Amino acid sequence: MAETGARPKVPAWRLRVLRGLRSFFTPLLPDDYLELVNPLWSTQELRGRVERIEPETGDAVTLHIKPGWEWTGHEPGQYLRIGVQVDGKHHWRAYSLTSDPGRPDGQISITPKLQETGAVSPFLVRHARPGAIVRLGGVEGTFTLPDPLPRRLLFVSAGSGITPVMSMLRALDRRRAMDDVVHVHSARSADDVIFGPRLRALAERHPGFTLHVRLTGEQGRFVAAEHLDALCPDWRERETFACGPAALLDALSDHWEAEGLTERLHMERFQPVIGGGAGDGAGGSVRFARSGVEADCDGGTPILVAGEEAGAELPFGCRMGICHTCAGRLCSGQVRDLRTGEISGRAGETVRTCVNAAEGPVEIDL
Amino acid sequence: MATTTATPSTADHAAHEPQSPLARLTDEQIEELGREFAAIHDEVFAELGDRDARYIRSMIDLHRRLVVGARVMLLFSRHRPAWIAGTAALSLAKILENMEIGHNVMHGQWDWMNDPQIHSSTWDWDSASTAEAWKHSHNFVHHTYTNIRGKDRDLGYEIMRIDPNQKWHPVYLAQPLYNLVLMAFFEWGVAFHDLDFEAIRRGEKPMSQVKKELKGMGVKARTQIVKDYLAFPALSGRKGFKSTVKANFTANVIRNVWAHAIIFCGHFPDQTYTFSKEETEDETRGGFYVRQLLGAANIEGSALFHVLSGNLGYQVEHHLYPDMPSSRYSEIAPRVKALCERYELPYNSGRLGKQWGSVMRTIARLAFPGGHPRPKPGPYRSADDD
Repeated sequence: MAETGARPKVPAWRLRVLRGLRSFFTPLLPDDYLELVNPLWSTQELRGRVERIEPETGDAVTLHIKPGWEWTGHEPGQYLRIGVQVDGKHHWRAYSLTSDPGRPDGQISITPKLQETGAVSPFLVRHARPGAIVRLGGVEGTFTLPDPLPRRLLFVSAGSGITPVMSMLRALDRRRAMDDVVHVHSARSADDVIFGPRLRALAERHPGFTLHVRLTGEQGRFVAAEHLDALCPDWRERETFACGPAALLDALSDHWEAEGLTERLHMERFQPVIGGGAGDGAGGSVRFARSGVEADCDGGTPILVAGEEAGAELPFGCRMGICHTCAGRLCSGQVRDLRTGEISGRAGETVRTCVNAAEGPVEIDL
Repeated sequence: MATTTATPSTADHAAHEPQSPLARLTDEQIEELGREFAAIHDEVFAELGDRDARYIRSMIDLHRRLVVGARVMLLFSRHRPAWIAGTAALSLAKILENMEIGHNVMHGQWDWMNDPQIHSSTWDWDSASTAEAWKHSHNFVHHTYTNIRGKDRDLGYEIMRIDPNQKWHPVYLAQPLYNLVLMAFFEWGVAFHDLDFEAIRRGEKPMSQVKKELKGMGVKARTQIVKDYLAFPALSGRKGFKSTVKANFTANVIRNVWAHAIIFCGHFPDQTYTFSKEETEDETRGGFYVRQLLGAANIEGSALFHVLSGNLGYQVEHHLYPDMPSSRYSEIAPRVKALCERYELPYNSGRLGKQWGSVMRTIARLAFPGGHPRPKPGPYRSADDD
């Protein structure tokens, strides 16, 4: 089963009418015909139309998307699964929403940054045009502002890690809650600062918003242990929200931990910490029950990747542990979660093959 | 086309069996052939892209537009021109939906697109068979055990004697007659065939499963009857009700007769071979390809003919690569032929009239006891091709 979009919020009367008309269309649905007129009318899955594409930097753009049905909202900081067709194939990726949930035009926005070797970001950044139809999946993520809002906030971001932070800043701006916010953002050069003008405008409008942009190409990398005390002396008293490359987040987490302040640091990791060496895992053989394919899976390789390399046709979606498209029922054996290192394995448990490696011999119903 | 005649007849039945070209090939040749066939598959799959996606979407689009046009015309079915045009459009739409779209999508030919709506796991078709039952009996049983006597249940569909190796029974005397009925109601025949009465009789199929499948068929039957014989006729008004029922019935029968013709020409023309279970024991991947090649027959025709037959005119290519997008079969056909020529294997092919005629002849002949396998063509030669 291929990954599909979220169920849209459709008025009940409309669903009743469509259900009533089903007899005329079976085995298809009235939707299948309405789509001929406008693909956004599907009540089966939420779709969106790209309305406007705004360049942010040389390799990042903001796509403004009009959902087919009323946007059910999101929490600033959450991400959205989005499905696009590239060279005939559907790909799903998760992007942080960069828009404030309460936009009057009902649109949402994401701000992808080009990953040269990727399949989706080159399409979104370079080839997508207004009018393009995309599939919209569920909104997820726990990297959100607490309620009530903390009195003092610190944001630490780097590169495209700015994206969930931007949504939070926009919400704070709308709620006039920018009395004491410090933001430390790193980018390679001035041209690489995504949302640069917007951030500066916010800083001008709100005296309580202090922005520090560190250009790592000239000034070197931001190191919390060395620089933070100077930039934000009272960081220990702030709720901190951080998003960026793994190295930055690992360093922050060490720094906060050293001060015993772990619970004040909230982080969003874009990339699950997987791949690399065989790590601590034992690895093992994987048998895919349906195809009979057997694969060797070392301790650092997701079962999905090992299976694909052995020639198995396996379902997949986001490939980062979000969408559950790749999930299969575990028949026997144990798996290790590559993000947390946690080992689990009850027979009958469903495991996501994209973020789990085999821990000893495994059989999975895929 | 060069033909060799079958071994001269003797009293011994087995001696009538034409020498299968499979027996002539060495194990190494079969293995090499397997690699070459697999290479064609992999090459095509590596280059699938936008062009292919556009093709299937355009077919789906065309089908839906045809349906809308046909149903609107049939609102006025009591007027003769509207009846004729509407019935023709609806027949065409149903043929397209069953053959080029339904059959092929449910084969998983378009699963590579990862599109949740054009996917073998979600597709359902306007046919009496449920998607689930059909995928089992067709995709799995028929495509795996193609033309193996006693294993491929599609050989004669268990109600016909289509191969002289099948034991004669007086009931077969009536087969030319019930073949006519099967033509008109083919989708129902296929649906009942999916149930696998043999397995039920032998007690191999749990009754719970049979019940579930019967229920599924019941739902399919009810929804089709409501749609074609109640809902749309009702829209045509009191005066148009009957003529729309007739139009929809006619369209269903036309679709069934067409599907029956194309599908019977796939494996039953004179050129094709059948295989014994012993012959196919320990079959390698290469052996599988050769069996598919020998067991299927193509139908030659125009581009339009191939679309309307769901590209099953390329039955040989379809059986070699059931999961390959159908629009690619015509492109790889020359490469398959070239392999046949190099390995001196036949490439079964003929015009619709010829293939269909030979199938009908077989059905008539084998209604009576006896019968011999028909002469088989020799190795494919490109020079004879045109």
